[in-house]
Amino acid sequence: MDVATIVQVLESTLRLATPLLFACLAGLISERAGVFDIGLEGKMLMAAFMSAAIAYVSGNVWVGLTAAVFASVVLSLVHGVASITFRGNQLISGVAINFLAAGITVVVAQNWFRQGGRTPSLSGNARMQRIDLPFVDVVRDVPVLGPIYTILSGHALLVYLAFLCVPLTWYVLFRTRFGLRLRAVGENPAAVDTAGVSVVRLRYGAVAICGVLCGLAGAYLATGLSAGFVKDMTAGRGFIALAAMIFAKWRPWHAMGAVLLFGLLEAVANRFQNIEILGVGVPVQAMQALPYILTVVILAGFVGKAIPPRAGGSPYVKEH
Amino acid sequence: MALNTPAMRQETAASDNAIELSGISKAFGSVQANKDISIRVRRGTIHGIVGENGAGKSTLMSILFGFYRADSGEIFINGKPTEITDSESAIRAGIGMVFQHFKLVENFTVLENVILGAEAGGLLRPSLARARGLLKDLAREFELNVDPDAKIEDLSVGHQQRVEILKALYREADILILDEPTGVLTPSEADHLFRILKGLKEQGKTIILITHKLREIMDVTDDVSVMRRGEMVATRVTAQTSPTELAELMVGRKVLLRVEKTPAQPGAEVLRVENLRHVDSQGVERLRGISLGIRKGEILGIAGVSGNGQSELLEVLAGLRHAEGQVVLDNEALPLSGAGCDGQARRARRIAHVPEDRQRRGLVMNFHAWENIALGYHHDPLYNPSRWRMDNPAIIRDTEGKMSAFDVRPPDPQLKASGFSGGNQQKLVLAREIEYEPDLLLVGQPTRGVDIGAIEFIHQRLIRLRDAGAAILLISVELDEIMALSDRIIVMFDGRIMGERMPDETNAQELGLMMAGMA
Repeated sequence: MDVATIVQVLESTLRLATPLLFACLAGLISERAGVFDIGLEGKMLMAAFMSAAIAYVSGNVWVGLTAAVFASVVLSLVHGVASITFRGNQLISGVAINFLAAGITVVVAQNWFRQGGRTPSLSGNARMQRIDLPFVDVVRDVPVLGPIYTILSGHALLVYLAFLCVPLTWYVLFRTRFGLRLRAVGENPAAVDTAGVSVVRLRYGAVAICGVLCGLAGAYLATGLSAGFVKDMTAGRGFIALAAMIFAKWRPWHAMGAVLLFGLLEAVANRFQNIEILGVGVPVQAMQALPYILTVVILAGFVGKAIPPRAGGSPYVKEH
Repeated sequence: MALNTPAMRQETAASDNAIELSGISKAFGSVQANKDISIRVRRGTIHGIVGENGAGKSTLMSILFGFYRADSGEIFINGKPTEITDSESAIRAGIGMVFQHFKLVENFTVLENVILGAEAGGLLRPSLARARGLLKDLAREFELNVDPDAKIEDLSVGHQQRVEILKALYREADILILDEPTGVLTPSEADHLFRILKGLKEQGKTIILITHKLREIMDVTDDVSVMRRGEMVATRVTAQTSPTELAELMVGRKVLLRVEKTPAQPGAEVLRVENLRHVDSQGVERLRGISLGIRKGEILGIAGVSGNGQSELLEVLAGLRHAEGQVVLDNEALPLSGAGCDGQARRARRIAHVPEDRQRRGLVMNFHAWENIALGYHHDPLYNPSRWRMDNPAIIRDTEGKMSAFDVRPPDPQLKASGFSGGNQQKLVLAREIEYEPDLLLVGQPTRGVDIGAIEFIHQRLIRLRDAGAAILLISVELDEIMALSDRIIVMFDGRIMGERMPDETNAQELGLMMAGMA
């Protein structure tokens, strides 16, 4: 394998890890506040559709991005109303959102564009442009440093933003008042309530942040990674993000490590579609299934004891 | 009625009262939890509130701390009418509350728990530093020592409680409410708590102490108010009342505070335990060579701070845990692992078990009373004549009999276990186990969270079972209960037996030292 191939695979790792990273941090913040969210997938899908549709209509990717975030936050608030205000079952609410998004995106896409439930391909300003880091052409041929810099260069703005969100999430969670309260409300909401802080407001805050991040994940998927929306294009990424979050035991830096691992597998599967091991051809499908198989393997055996936030999944009812 | 008591007849200016409640009422559906309650708490005193479970003490305090809104009535803090709508406004009014079940974030440090909700700013570091300094001062002043960087889950309950008090003081509370604070403490921890409370009182703080232990009321309070069925029935100056009077006011009739019993007439040895060892699922050795014997017609009490192996001993004997060693019942070995070591087999050997935690192990909370009565005895031909189809009407009839024999209220077999009060739940469990006339009764915490009237009844039933010739192994963290009921007392510490005493030849101090492993 030559350097160019490795560079190529790693570059695409970063790109493929980006939507996972947004979604993973989204889930992490929501669950740290005690609201389980298996609707990440649905919110991403809705955001992907909205970003592609609005970007196509307006010709501006940033307008599309705004619409995507808006749509995702709306779904988040639906989840919030069901699980925080009405104290419903968080899993059921999440599943409902996934079904809703899977159906509504295709139906509306067909109605608007009549292309079999997809949006027309995006081009020009309707797609996210790649950003070249300064001096990339000069540094390219420097040994070691060159290839690394090349890998880091030439991605859409959202890729950099996603990785910037990692330290940011860590800082907010562990160094600010908001983070302390957010973590407390996921561990023992009664402690927060008796300390005179609103449990409901905190949880809505966390759910809204989760919506914003899922919106970014979906928008990048449709306007950065691909050039348009197709049916079910999230392909289980919301669930892989949840797996990565559990693998990372709800810690931001570890979450980044976990999504990079999943991104790498996907990149390898994409790059080496026809691979021969000991003279036997491995079918494409087997390679493409790799990230999903890994999800199962990791969750079944390698995580060790992953303790979720203690109040996770249960609505808060005042009692004493 | 409360206004005619001696304490209240003293002419006190309005501002001498830290708290004055006037005409507070609160109903939950058709249940009137608080009826027209008026009470004055003098500033700088410790004011006790006693009452049986369900008397409305906790509801009243929850109203004061903003957990519930009263349907009617007024609250005055330091003479000023105050609206308390939520915990935040209660904290602002200078009220701090230490709940019976602590409201702490288990995997946060002490410091983080203390500042939660009262942070100095958006960033944590300055808040933590400020709290660290303040905690040091409070520790020095009030014996409130806790490691500020320890995680809550690594602290003993006594220390966790100190964190709750520190939380209140950090929020500059002038009025501190403690709900059943000693239920989870060892005798020496409780003494320490009372020293802290007296120190706080000397600093001018007002303390409301909710408890059902009359001894504590007599020891530390200045005034005491008694609640019964949602009403405030009396307020007394503590020095001018007696435990007997308070108990009568609580229950509404004369109560025996002492257990009346005749000396035991022990017969032959029923159970012999030799060198019993048990390692739990975490790999911790819980029983390190226990040897003891129990004879017919005696109650053997096991005293100890909870977590020193008593629970494990009870569960090993009940067949719920595996162990090594030898246990002989009526000259026949009891299997300690494998086949024959389960609840069913134990019952076949006429061993009955009243578990320590009735809600988790003794009952299925959302089963009806009659279903709970059949649990464990569902193979009884009376309940299950065909060994296939349960005869529910027969179970219900039998349950009615057992409920009336044990005075379970309400005597309704169709009521779910969760619908009974703690005392009546416990009576249900006892009725199920005792009515089968076991040779050996294993009983853990028979009166935990049970009100005075029911305690009296349960104690009488245990004595009656003993007098009928059964052997009883009693485990309790209530030293008073052990001393009142037992014919012999064994003290356990760290999985070992520290020694054996006769109840009339020992006292609480000696047993307390043994329980702490210092004898």
